[in-house]
Amino acid sequence: MALLQIAEPGRSAAPHQARLAAGIDLGTTNSLVATVRSGRAETLPDEQGRHLLPSVVRFRRDGVDVGYAAKEAAADDPLNTIASVKRLVGRGLEAVQGLGSRLPYELVAPAGLGVPRLRTRRGDLTPVEVSAEILRALARRAEAALGGELSGVVITVPAYFDDAQRQATKDAARLAGLKVLRLLNEPTAAAVAYGLDKEAEGMHAVYDLGGGTFDISILRLRRGLFEVLATGGDSALGGDDLDRALAGWIMERAGIPDDADPATLRRLMHDACAAKEALTDAQRAPLRIRRPDGTHWEGEIERDAFVSLADPLIVKTIAACRRTLRDAGLRAEEIEDVVLVGGSTRVPRVRQRVADFFGREPLADLDPDRVVAIGAAIQADVLAGNKSDEEMLLLDVIPLSLGLETMGGLVEKIVPRNTTIPVARTQEFTTFKDGQTAMSIQVLQGERELVADCRSLARFELRGIPPMAAGAARILVTFEVDADGLLSVTALERGSGVKASVEVKPSYGLTDREIESMLRDSLNHAGEDVAVRRLREQQIEAQRVLEALGAALAKDGDRLLAFGERALIQEAAGELTRIVAGDDPAAIEAAIQALEQASGVFVERRMNASIREAIAGRRVEELEP
Amino acid sequence: MLDFSANHFELFGLPTAFSLDLERLSERYRSLQRTLHPDRFAAAGERERRLSLQASSRVNEAYRVLRDPVARARYLLSLYTGEAGAESETTRDMAFLMEQMQLRESLAGATAEEDPYRLVAEVMARLDTLSGQLEGELSGRLDTPTKDGLQQARELVRKLQFVSKCRREAERIEAELDESL
Repeated sequence: MALLQIAEPGRSAAPHQARLAAGIDLGTTNSLVATVRSGRAETLPDEQGRHLLPSVVRFRRDGVDVGYAAKEAAADDPLNTIASVKRLVGRGLEAVQGLGSRLPYELVAPAGLGVPRLRTRRGDLTPVEVSAEILRALARRAEAALGGELSGVVITVPAYFDDAQRQATKDAARLAGLKVLRLLNEPTAAAVAYGLDKEAEGMHAVYDLGGGTFDISILRLRRGLFEVLATGGDSALGGDDLDRALAGWIMERAGIPDDADPATLRRLMHDACAAKEALTDAQRAPLRIRRPDGTHWEGEIERDAFVSLADPLIVKTIAACRRTLRDAGLRAEEIEDVVLVGGSTRVPRVRQRVADFFGREPLADLDPDRVVAIGAAIQADVLAGNKSDEEMLLLDVIPLSLGLETMGGLVEKIVPRNTTIPVARTQEFTTFKDGQTAMSIQVLQGERELVADCRSLARFELRGIPPMAAGAARILVTFEVDADGLLSVTALERGSGVKASVEVKPSYGLTDREIESMLRDSLNHAGEDVAVRRLREQQIEAQRVLEALGAALAKDGDRLLAFGERALIQEAAGELTRIVAGDDPAAIEAAIQALEQASGVFVERRMNASIREAIAGRRVEELEP
Repeated sequence: MLDFSANHFELFGLPTAFSLDLERLSERYRSLQRTLHPDRFAAAGERERRLSLQASSRVNEAYRVLRDPVARARYLLSLYTGEAGAESETTRDMAFLMEQMQLRESLAGATAEEDPYRLVAEVMARLDTLSGQLEGELSGRLDTPTKDGLQQARELVRKLQFVSKCRREAERIEAELDESL
């Protein structure tokens, strides 16, 4: 491995070399990767020129197939070929079983609070591990196209994903060895691609019906600012459900039982999907279906019959549009444009219903399959720091309210849905009994009033509350949601002055330790050395820190730092530069910490100065007409 | 670092008053977020990212409070008097209460009406008029606070809370009507 070159702070080794970053659309049925090259965002094809990568993973005895090869083997090797894994990611067993009895693979119930696993010949695998395989395949494609290692990726998630689903997606990236610059909501990504392409302004709706999820987002576009006003949807509703409904229709007529073998069911889903696609242009589609006994059923389906199967599902999406518009405080006629995203918006009936509801023809001139990945690539390019004075900024919201369990199994909302993130909010609680020294806190996500109807994200105890009369303790519970939409919760007793506090990050069932060990396993599997990898990660991190500091010093060092202050920072930077050439990841990490410490004051002053400029600059601008 | 001791108005460089130029507020909000948002610090060090997260959260929270008349009025009361009073405090103005009760009753019966949407729209229009009046009166008392003025403002805030709760109820019923279509 070549040694990394580290320049003196303030002097970048290769000033014009862009950091390699990619946007990944990790879809239910198909995934894509895109990147910005020479100022243009584009999706990347495989060697055969295909841009889509089917989100299907097949575990062979001696390796893993991802994409078309896996998809083709699905009917022959159904139990070892996992499709639509996104539907399972970050979900508990109950939710997964609720997806229907027709899951064509074998589920293993978790012990205790763990996550459900899929039984394959490679062992029992979590959905996170399966997703990681898809991410790995996409990252390899990007690295081959760009000719270097990715410094970071933006991964899109349905806006309606809850905390657990987001965390699980981030963990999948970690397993795949990718640095996540941001989790980005799919409709927001689409709005970015569309908004920049069309130089659009004003209120926009993004209707995103993918393979397994539905999102509707309302955004205000204004001079490079993409402000999400409200978002809604259903994280378990998509084109797959149209296929399923159509498959059910066929099964009834062809006399195929619900409990037919997995291979038959796989073929059937495939045929149903093909018929759905054929009905986009044709009024009728022929069907030739193989029964379990090897005989065939022949028939056809007319578009009208399909429409009546699809309508109940489409109506659900329109109801969500109505709710979301109301949350945004807007009427349908105030929406400038409606953007269609997701392969399922090719279904003519979907387009028609959307057009009827918004009272205008929706726009679909950007490829609805690619627009999300392109938006993600643009954001990744900005976040990687390749556009220093880029004016683009995305302000997103949380899709589902966050709250706590209170007396009587009720939910007290702390952060309501559609609150702009990042956000931190504190609520005060007190004890219920005299002398109570511990408090059990359950964190919930959802809109319903009863605990039982919401998703439980975490449960923890605050201990060490000094005994007091009931109602005398002051327990401050703070919810913090970062820009990825991920929550952390802190509880603190401060009525007595004695501090008892606890901080948790919700977990969907996989612990940090389990992920670490999966990571080690997968690296071993790939023949990579864990220690080498860790060293490399720290070296990259060190380089990033040094570069950022160098740029900051060059720009603001003179005006914000006294000579002595600057000398201290440069000393710490020099130390890091020296240590980074060695081979001790722990020492590099410590030196990074030391440098962060030394430059703390400078960082604060810089932020302060930019805040003053933001307000002052705006004042000048406000005077202009 | 962002001056966390500054009040929400000072944070945006705006005068501490109930009357607020909302357009200017959102301009300032956008320009602060363009500077402070974590996306601006994706490539920065740990400490800087942490600071940006806190500052950006603070700006979002301040913006939420200032944008909403009830929250803004309550915030001003707590700045001037040290507390804003419980949200459950109620007014004793019988005429006002009677009207609120009537409006709620019409909402409750809306689904049985021939044209429920029209009825809900009428209630909403009345509520908007009421908020407009109350907000006008609040400006007078909260822009240049006096002891009596603050006392009156507290009462006005109680009423404004009533009106905004009733409006949320109207929206909820409208949503229900939509769902039942």
